[in-house]
Amino acid sequence: MASNPMYQFNVYRIGPEIKIGEIDLSFTNASLFMVISSLAVLIIFNLGSKKNSLIPNKIQLLAELSYTFVSKMISDTAGSKAKPYFSFIFSLFMFVLFCNMFGMIPYAFTVTSHIIVTFVLAAFIFVGVTVIGFMKHGFGYLKLFVPSGVPVVLLPLIVVIEVISYLSRPVSLSVRLFANMMAGHTMMKVFGGFVISLGIVGGWLPLGFSVALTGLEILVAFLQAYVFAILTCIYLNDALNLHH
Amino acid sequence: MFFKFSQVALFYFFVFSKVNSAESGGMPQLNPEFWFSQIFWLIVTFGFMFIVLAKLVLPKISENLETRKAQISDNIENAEKQRLESENKIKEFDNLILQSKNEAKNLFNQTREKILKDVDKKRESLEKEINEEINKAEKDIETLKNNSPEKIRKIAIETSSDLVKQLIGVDVNQSSISAIVEDISKRRN
Repeated sequence: MASNPMYQFNVYRIGPEIKIGEIDLSFTNASLFMVISSLAVLIIFNLGSKKNSLIPNKIQLLAELSYTFVSKMISDTAGSKAKPYFSFIFSLFMFVLFCNMFGMIPYAFTVTSHIIVTFVLAAFIFVGVTVIGFMKHGFGYLKLFVPSGVPVVLLPLIVVIEVISYLSRPVSLSVRLFANMMAGHTMMKVFGGFVISLGIVGGWLPLGFSVALTGLEILVAFLQAYVFAILTCIYLNDALNLHH
Repeated sequence: MFFKFSQVALFYFFVFSKVNSAESGGMPQLNPEFWFSQIFWLIVTFGFMFIVLAKLVLPKISENLETRKAQISDNIENAEKQRLESENKIKEFDNLILQSKNEAKNLFNQTREKILKDVDKKRESLEKEINEEINKAEKDIETLKNNSPEKIRKIAIETSSDLVKQLIGVDVNQSSISAIVEDISKRRN
């Protein structure tokens, strides 16, 4: 069973079964890694903000660089109006990044490789952005679906496409992250399996692939967290600054 | 658009393949057994992290960045101020040096003039003295010169009268001798 590349994505209960009514809310390995990731974020950024020295130490530098990185990303894509949502996007980016990165540790569980987790995040963003859009512009937000400068003949078709595209946002957002993480980890598992099955003679090639894939996956882990955050910013930009 | 659509298609493909192969391994992601648990723990952990970050940590980091910015700009301002001050000081110092140089020059010139004047004065007085001496000596010489023919004549008259007396034992008239001496000395001249 352990040689099955999908086995690593199994969720199992840790500790007692917790049930509220019919709903199972047990603490699982997924929950464990969510707790680890969020605590790691909190610890690092708490340490990084504790002491304020003129010349920052390493951890303070890390915290401040991350802060300016995310804040620049938000102001570049969504403008200054998006400032109140900085904390949320920062938390989102850090949570996804740390979950991805903890997933890179061998035998660790990757929280973001589960569609339900990424989908809940994406759905929350979708609902939140839609609510913000309607709160800022009222029904004028629906103008988002009517791009300017389009021939009237094409308008019905364009509007339908825009609506579908808008509604598919949470799906594309969540599937992009989940599929990337799952595919990468599955591939690494498969190549790791090749190393064992080909033995001392033929195992070197897949081992090299495994090493290269590890580097690639670390890149992907960062990139996907970045993409997740920047797409959130872009959606937020649509809601805050209606361009159409 | 096509990319998004293909992603949607992929998603549904996963869902249906899960339904078809529910019990034969398949994807653990599509097993709904722990979905609610994951949602619940995601909300708890992410929510907790978000609240702590938003309320405690991020304001502090932002404050740290602001104070650093303020401190650095303050320091730059101070440095600018001190630079200007030191420039002023250097100017003052330069002026002082220039002034003292001028003073020294003046003093030097004055002293030199004074010394020259003194020297001139002394030289003048010395020259005067020397001239006086010379004049006096010239006068003396002049008087001597003027007196000498008279004396010579006298001596010549006396000597010639003595000589005549010794030679011929006759007292010759003084006046005739003097006439002869005069005549001779005139001829010589």
